[in-house]
Amino acid sequence: MSGLVKGSVAVVGAAESDLGQVASGNSPLDLMAQATIRALDDCGLTLKDVDGLFVAATQVRMGPMALAEYLRIKPKYFDGTIIGGSSFMSHVAHAQAAIQLGLCEVAVIAYGSTQRSVSRAAASPREFNPYESPYRPILPISAYAMAAARHMHQYGTTREQLAEVAVAARKWALLNPKAWEKEPLTIEQVLNARMVSYPFTVRDCCLVVDGGGAIVLTTPARAKSLKKKPVYVLGVGESLSHANISSLPDFTVSAASESGPIAFKRAGLKPNEVNMLSLYDAFTITPILFLEDLGYCPKGEGGRFVADGAIAPGGKLAVNTSGGGLSYCHPGMYGLLVMIEAIRQVRGECGARQVPQCDIALAHGNGGVLSSQCTVIFGSENTI
Amino acid sequence: MIDLTKESPLGVYSQYLKNGQLAYQFCTDDNSVCFYPRAFAPSTGSPNLEWRVSKGLGTVYTTTVVHYKGEAPLNVAMIDVDEGFRMMSRVEDIDPMAVKIGMRVQFKVHPGNEKQAPYPIFTPIGDIK
Repeated sequence: MSGLVKGSVAVVGAAESDLGQVASGNSPLDLMAQATIRALDDCGLTLKDVDGLFVAATQVRMGPMALAEYLRIKPKYFDGTIIGGSSFMSHVAHAQAAIQLGLCEVAVIAYGSTQRSVSRAAASPREFNPYESPYRPILPISAYAMAAARHMHQYGTTREQLAEVAVAARKWALLNPKAWEKEPLTIEQVLNARMVSYPFTVRDCCLVVDGGGAIVLTTPARAKSLKKKPVYVLGVGESLSHANISSLPDFTVSAASESGPIAFKRAGLKPNEVNMLSLYDAFTITPILFLEDLGYCPKGEGGRFVADGAIAPGGKLAVNTSGGGLSYCHPGMYGLLVMIEAIRQVRGECGARQVPQCDIALAHGNGGVLSSQCTVIFGSENTI
Repeated sequence: MIDLTKESPLGVYSQYLKNGQLAYQFCTDDNSVCFYPRAFAPSTGSPNLEWRVSKGLGTVYTTTVVHYKGEAPLNVAMIDVDEGFRMMSRVEDIDPMAVKIGMRVQFKVHPGNEKQAPYPIFTPIGDIK
């Protein structure tokens, strides 16, 4: 056995914390704990079973320590890798490695944020960069806005095509009772909303809400004895390309073009074999870039690919069925919730928004300013 | 080689700026251009980083206009400087929305203020690449 093996671990529990606006005084750890207990209840395990702990949060600098203390558990293996919103996909890769090596058997990956309650500026203070900060970009928004502007210039992508991503997300959100947004949205409303960082209006940008989540992973053998059908990790890919946006070589290409092929290779699958995609939609440009970089359309065609409701309910490809970071929930580092939707689709738990016969789902995480890209492919028992 | 007990890459860079110059570094091991300033060259890890002064000409690679509440819209752009490095900056002396990708621009020093040290900005020089 060499490297990460297809199906060597399974997700057995998945849950969100309370989402949206929580009562003041709640800490990110309160939400992490709530999500962790719910995820354990989801599979029938308890805190006593947890021997691996993976935590990342912007408001808790030493996550594994803080959550272990809160829950009074003593994990044998822990990891606090923090690379932005994709941290949790990275944690899946690291948990898979640890479980394969026998370093732990039941791993919890957890996240929590109270960024709506305390403000985004307080929840995620920016580091000072003497080569960028004087220009006062609204980060991370302006970094993605400059990627969108370059994509528009180079490939003819339009603001209307960007808006299609937000409108599709809203249509899915209206099918998800847990979604923050409850009203329909039109392309015109996106275009005419308050401008934040051209070409993005506030409707091109993800939500700012409180929330968290947790998932539980274990060995296939242990997974078979638990409450829910296991969702197997078929392949994971991780890639880092830069930290500051000034160091991204090509603003129209993300490192999803590296993480995606690694994940597909490990899974032994091709892009067209996937039944639904959960793509980190921090901004309307990101699903467009990831559809290109993950192999769903040629480079530059992402804007035209999403046009005419192609990724909305009833479209040609099911993308961000939860409503995404744009309309369902975006508590800061949203990657764990990106995976939870993919896991639920494979389980068949998604009700009105369920993708028929969803055996394979891809969750793609993005962190920083297009900086870290991690891809996880999940599969049902039929795929093993 | 830089002696980090005596000076810093940012300190040297800032001194050039105070003299009205946009400095960058050049790794003499692999003849590559380096920006932002570093103590060791990326990829090679070499300490052989030579300071050079840019002619200050560049092209807008991408651009955005940020809207802070109660303030005039502000340009933020990525500039591909002719010597072969990219930097974040702002294009001034033009409507922020009129800053276009491909526009040729020229460096000048923004004097800064009591809170902000001098920093490089750019102004349009006319012809579109």
